[in-house]
Amino acid sequence: MTDKLLTVNALGKAYRDYGTEWKRFASWVGVQVQPKVEHWALKDVSFNVAHGEAIGIVGQNGAGKSTLLKLITGTLRATSGSLAVNGRIAAILELGMGFNPDLSGRENVYHVAGLMGFSRKAIDGVIDDIEEFAEIGSYFNEPTRTYSTGMQMRVAFSTATAFRPDALIVDEALSVGDAYFQHKCFKRIREFRELGTSLLIVSHDSGAVQSLCDRALLLDGGRMVKDGDPAEIMDLYNALIAERENRTVMISKHESGRVQTVSGTREASVEQIALLNEAGDPIEFVDVGQPVVLHIKVAVREDIPRLVLGYMIKDRLGQPVFGTNTHHTGQALENVKAGQCVQFRIAFPMNLGPGSYSVSTALASSETHLVNNYEWRDLALVFSVSNMSRTRFVGTAWVPPVIETAQL
Amino acid sequence: MLLAIWRYRHFIVSSIKNDLRSRFVRSKLGAAWMILQPLAQVAIYALVLSRVLAAKLPGINNRYAYVIYLMAGMTAWSLFSELLSRSVNMFVDNGSLMKKIMFPRVCLPVIVAGSALVNNVLLLAAAIGVFLLVGHMPTAAYLWLPALFVVNVIFSLGLGLLLGVINVFVRDVAQVMTVVLQLWFWLTPVVYMPTIIPEPLKMALELNPMYHIVLSFQTVMLYGQAPHVRGLIAVGVFGLLMLGVSLLMFRRAAPEMVDVL
Repeated sequence: MTDKLLTVNALGKAYRDYGTEWKRFASWVGVQVQPKVEHWALKDVSFNVAHGEAIGIVGQNGAGKSTLLKLITGTLRATSGSLAVNGRIAAILELGMGFNPDLSGRENVYHVAGLMGFSRKAIDGVIDDIEEFAEIGSYFNEPTRTYSTGMQMRVAFSTATAFRPDALIVDEALSVGDAYFQHKCFKRIREFRELGTSLLIVSHDSGAVQSLCDRALLLDGGRMVKDGDPAEIMDLYNALIAERENRTVMISKHESGRVQTVSGTREASVEQIALLNEAGDPIEFVDVGQPVVLHIKVAVREDIPRLVLGYMIKDRLGQPVFGTNTHHTGQALENVKAGQCVQFRIAFPMNLGPGSYSVSTALASSETHLVNNYEWRDLALVFSVSNMSRTRFVGTAWVPPVIETAQL
Repeated sequence: MLLAIWRYRHFIVSSIKNDLRSRFVRSKLGAAWMILQPLAQVAIYALVLSRVLAAKLPGINNRYAYVIYLMAGMTAWSLFSELLSRSVNMFVDNGSLMKKIMFPRVCLPVIVAGSALVNNVLLLAAAIGVFLLVGHMPTAAYLWLPALFVVNVIFSLGLGLLLGVINVFVRDVAQVMTVVLQLWFWLTPVVYMPTIIPEPLKMALELNPMYHIVLSFQTVMLYGQAPHVRGLIAVGVFGLLMLGVSLLMFRRAAPEMVDVL
């Protein structure tokens, strides 16, 4: 008995095309047959998951995320390597799978829970909880064909999570459903986590990954690029998206101990970045609400038809707090010549809650860094906000209140 | 494998139930269709062929002898054809489920067998009901029927599972089988009597496993006699052998099956 819930070792999955099916049949009876085409959807992936750990899996479409999850749930069999699971895994992959449209919600719960291997008696014990959690009222006893997608998803999620599994696999499917139910889902997922359930989350939503996960894996082209801290992985993932055309990604350790990612074609780059107080002196510690100026100097190396500067303030976990760019403010620069130096002064009051923040910058030709990514720089600047002069409050935003009370 | 079936018994039972329900839940006459359809078929054959063939049934003093003969044969045949045609498609039809959810794959043939059995036991009950109406009383030989059903299921499932696995990789199998099944029906004495077959072809008939099964049903249900055990055992052994081979092949193929679904 190990303490690892999941041990994945050099896992690989190949889809094989034998040319003719006769060769495939021959391979079953033990004849050594060389497949005509072997397509490796996943190769040489190793990692492990401890009990109670939450792992995010990120990667572009076709990176092998779904294949990896299917291997873990057991619907696909690995071609090479090994995978050991130590506990029960529940997957919220395709919600509503196995539902029979002519059956009522209640009957479908019994049916699908049976498909997950639960007995009628076990379901009898939780059916009321499921009905209550789904909150679809009298529809619960109506045929599921009358359900909306969101309602179906509610019943499916309630069923899939009726029993606490040792590991829960959450796919993008969770983005279905209204905001209220999503909150409820995440609340339940968090509760499970506190009780020791491991999570495997596949998402393109950096917020979900960073707020829920302890660690993240980045897959690309069926291989594992990196296994590390969620904020670091999400930065690398963003950089990878921009790196389709063989551009460079530089990863270096920032002095704060965090990993900095710089990517881009480097026609222009941020040479200097500083946070200035009212007197124009650079500061690192900022009071809540203090007016500051973000000062950025950009060096231009080649002629650029259009230059847009974007910046993003992120919190300690790497979640965006505020970001915009000069395209949105209508201040994009046209026809910038090589050798020029451009200075940006961005003034704003520091209406953020106490904590450590970082600034990422992007130089591009339009509002996204996906078209022409001159430079993308994560952790370009790190600063701290502390509450020195305001009333005590919690949270990441400073929203000055005016409270009136009256005792009647 | 057996353990997996036992653990998933609830799923299997509820699948069989759903299967029956979903077929009829939105039709006015509901479950009655399950019986009305085959009965209508029998009625058609009886109407069309009774004049031609009725005279050739020796030793039975019932005006409805041919109808009884037909129904006995159809009971055997419909179980076989339902099992075969459904198991050929069972993996393809459940492809998306197999891709998304982990459950013992062996449940699928069990569900198909269970649901076909329920259908056909009901059909048998309807047939016996008709027999009573026309004054044809069941005899002690009817106790053979469970054994006949078992042999029928073993043979049909053995063949069906084999073809079902192959059909995942070569989809032509299902198409070919619908044609073969029709041809097979007419090569088996269900609507006609084996006596009208010319002597030289009798040998070939002996090689048709369905001939022995259908014949046993007819012997029991029409003549009220014990079936010809030797042929039945031969088919049973052959069916078991095929079931073993197909289960083995199923295990080998299972990992690759999901890849191509």
